[in-house]
Amino acid sequence: MKQLIKLRVNGEDYEAYVPVHKTLLEVLREDLNLTGTKHGCELGECGACTVLVDGEPTLSCLTLPIEIQGREILTVEGLAHNGTPHPLQTAFAELSAAQCGYCTPGMLISAKALLDHDPHPARDDIRQALSGNLCRCTGYSKIIEAVELAAERR
Amino acid sequence: MTDELTLIGKPLPKVDALGKVTGETKYADDLAMPRMLHAKILGCHYPHARIKHIGTARAQALPGVVAIITGADLPVKYGNLPVSQDETGLAGDKGRFVGDPIAAVAAVDEETAERAIDLIDVEYEELPAFMSVEDVLTKEGEPIQDYGDQGNVHKMVALEFGDTESGFAAADYVREDTFFYQGNTHLPMEEHAVVAHYTADGKLTLWSSTQCPHYVHRALSKALAIAPSRVRIIATPVGGGFGGKSDPLPHEVAAAKLSMITGRPVKIALTREEVFYAHRGRHPVLMWAKTGVRKDGSITAMHFKTFLDGGAYGSYGVASTYYTGALQPVTYKVPTYKFEGMRAFTNKPACGPKRGHGTPQPRFGMEIQLDKIAEAIGISPVDIRRKFVVDENSYTVNHLRITSCALGECIDKVAAASGFNDKHRKLPFGKGVGLACSSYLSGAGLPIYWNNMPHTSVQIKIDRGGGVAVLCGSTDIGQGSNSVLAYTVAEVLGVSLDAIQLTVSDTDLTPIDLGSYSSRVTFMMGNAAIEAASKLKKLIMEAAAEKLQLPVEALAAKNNSIYCIDDERRSLTFAQAAQLAEAKHGGLGAMGSYTPPKLAGPFRGSGVGPSPAYSYSACVAQVDVDPETGEIKVEKIWIAHDCGRAINPLLVIGQTEGSVYMGLGEALMEEQDFRRNQHKIPSLLDYKSLTMMDMPEVETILVEPIDPEGPFGAKEAGQGPLLPVPPAVANAVYDAVGVRIDELPITADKVLKALALKAEGKEPRVGPKGVPSFVFPEPVRVEPHPQAPKLRGA
Repeated sequence: MKQLIKLRVNGEDYEAYVPVHKTLLEVLREDLNLTGTKHGCELGECGACTVLVDGEPTLSCLTLPIEIQGREILTVEGLAHNGTPHPLQTAFAELSAAQCGYCTPGMLISAKALLDHDPHPARDDIRQALSGNLCRCTGYSKIIEAVELAAERR
Repeated sequence: MTDELTLIGKPLPKVDALGKVTGETKYADDLAMPRMLHAKILGCHYPHARIKHIGTARAQALPGVVAIITGADLPVKYGNLPVSQDETGLAGDKGRFVGDPIAAVAAVDEETAERAIDLIDVEYEELPAFMSVEDVLTKEGEPIQDYGDQGNVHKMVALEFGDTESGFAAADYVREDTFFYQGNTHLPMEEHAVVAHYTADGKLTLWSSTQCPHYVHRALSKALAIAPSRVRIIATPVGGGFGGKSDPLPHEVAAAKLSMITGRPVKIALTREEVFYAHRGRHPVLMWAKTGVRKDGSITAMHFKTFLDGGAYGSYGVASTYYTGALQPVTYKVPTYKFEGMRAFTNKPACGPKRGHGTPQPRFGMEIQLDKIAEAIGISPVDIRRKFVVDENSYTVNHLRITSCALGECIDKVAAASGFNDKHRKLPFGKGVGLACSSYLSGAGLPIYWNNMPHTSVQIKIDRGGGVAVLCGSTDIGQGSNSVLAYTVAEVLGVSLDAIQLTVSDTDLTPIDLGSYSSRVTFMMGNAAIEAASKLKKLIMEAAAEKLQLPVEALAAKNNSIYCIDDERRSLTFAQAAQLAEAKHGGLGAMGSYTPPKLAGPFRGSGVGPSPAYSYSACVAQVDVDPETGEIKVEKIWIAHDCGRAINPLLVIGQTEGSVYMGLGEALMEEQDFRRNQHKIPSLLDYKSLTMMDMPEVETILVEPIDPEGPFGAKEAGQGPLLPVPPAVANAVYDAVGVRIDELPITADKVLKALALKAEGKEPRVGPKGVPSFVFPEPVRVEPHPQAPKLRGA
């Protein structure tokens, strides 16, 4: 069964006519062409697909769009402001916190949620907040350092 | 050239970093095309079964299904190694593991394809399954493959360098141990994906998350019987590889075939479960090690036997088998050495190359055994290693050439930084430190398929605005090869990074690079890039010298300018000089190539192990073991890595920390395990890997001897630092609670079991009891290299 879904993503309104069981991850990537949000499992296990819904980190692979119509969704494409990267993006780039880069959009989104709630988190708070995002390349340390650098600069 | 480097050695951001942090980077599954079909693969339901019949009528009748293929459509065998041509994309005669691809459906969308897969009717005849090396050696039944050394034994190797019998006779202390290194998988965050498009002009283009587009090119051309000129492979930015995307894989072949049949673009994106089946990961290796030493700890003889559980296909397995015996003599002086190895076919996903390819397993055994020996003869774990490090510019007993080696300095630095000597056997019960070292290749010295051509080439073109187009087949899998390519060319030409425009990993456009494996790219591509850039620099400098009326030697190139060293006002911009050179010579373009020196020894099997340079690592792990629960907390890792010159220390540290992370995963929790003939845990939740909460602090120390043949003196960084981590952890656990866990992963239950044995007064050890009584062939006896360490008094 298909249904017209209205979504507000990165401050813009979108409409999509999609099967109701299609996940937010699929709709973002396949119907709205916002492919910055990644998938690593489609089972809520890796955090790669994390987006913000009304500021809260949310696994888009476990979310049905119909549940979140009208709410503010933020994806990695919405992090930069008028082409200027978010401080987290700059810090991740500078410190090589992105190696293959595949977990990076989800990491950035989880980190943004953290910094929005707690502008100067302790290292353990960063670990806690990002522990649901798996990365196989970096060993995590550069990611932690990048979040700290971004927090310093904000 | 290495004086006053502008870019090399600087902690610069990667050239593709912004694309990755903004979501702009397009990975394979981010691609979509008009009329694109989505395909799904049907995996075999049994570990070993003849396929009697595949009925596709019900699936074909489903609205939206466009094409269905089975093994009958893909009869031609291919494989990465010339000696292991045993794959067809979709298995025709029989399935060889649960999940082995046997059919594929292309449909208008993924959901339809998935429903169609369930409507395919397969009639199987179950065959006896071989799930372990032991099964292979004891069970009757039809062999899994129709080739190999005997039955399900895929490969047997036996080599002896010098007289190990005399070596052991000369020893004051000899020790035999058995170890087991559990198999594990790469687990890249990006699930493999491919888009294939066969266009009306008969050209097949593939966009794929592969580490080795050249090998996919060769395999597809063969499997689909298309001229290589009609096949184009574009490696999309790879979202993690670690060796898992080095083979041409079934989904690539299936997507290509489906596109040829339908004339439409076809995408296959593997699910996470399917990624576990694609595998090609770490071989489970059971091993026996015997080492003899004199009282001072110097090694007189070493003998290794390895048993590799290979899975259902050959993959790189023949090379993996040799690698379990190749690099033991590259760290400490070994005057006599014997190696026997075998790989068995089993009904599981094929094993292959994972970070360290076949060398972490024996390194685990060797470094634990040295720790045991050191204790037995009463010398420190530092001394037994430090005093016998191989010499620079020497050879090993098995004919491997060593150039630069700073392992001694690595051991000194890591021991000092960690306070090892003050902690070892001195910390309170429950806390401990362990040391281990290792070595790894900077690229395989010989190609996978025999030929005399370069291993890589780089092409450069310079335009009239001073833009520099650089083309190379190298593939960035996150390790930063694109950045290394850009830094190298920019450094030589004296231009800024924004002048560089890269085109990489596209078999139509870019000169061949063999791929991102064996830690070869920086070393080989870097040298090719220097050669290409130097050719063009010569033309540009000559043209500038003529214009400035100065000798070429009086000029330097830096910051987009060609200037007089003694009077910087006399200068031209790089673009001006390039225009003058173009006017003089015609369009500016050049190629550079790299071929490793001839390094193979005079014996069969000498092709695996040689490398133009070896990296070295030393690692100290500090652990806290809870004797009540057996839980291990790694408190800190210190690692010193001899990478030659660090082209970009930031990226080298990133590779080192990533290697430590992956080594800790293998040491503590990761396992590709099977239960009732099936993969036990094909999900990211159940396949345990370290999260940010689990990862300890890592202190990385870079040791940078300038390698005589590396680009700007560089060696490898991406794989070597993984190797010492698991044995360092095992040695630290022993130091903490006095139990030996001689198998990976080292889990709490094993620690508890060993502690219970200790309390009962039994040998406080968990590990394999022995190895099978397998008869290896008579070893090929090889005279040690004349410049190898000598057995004293022999």
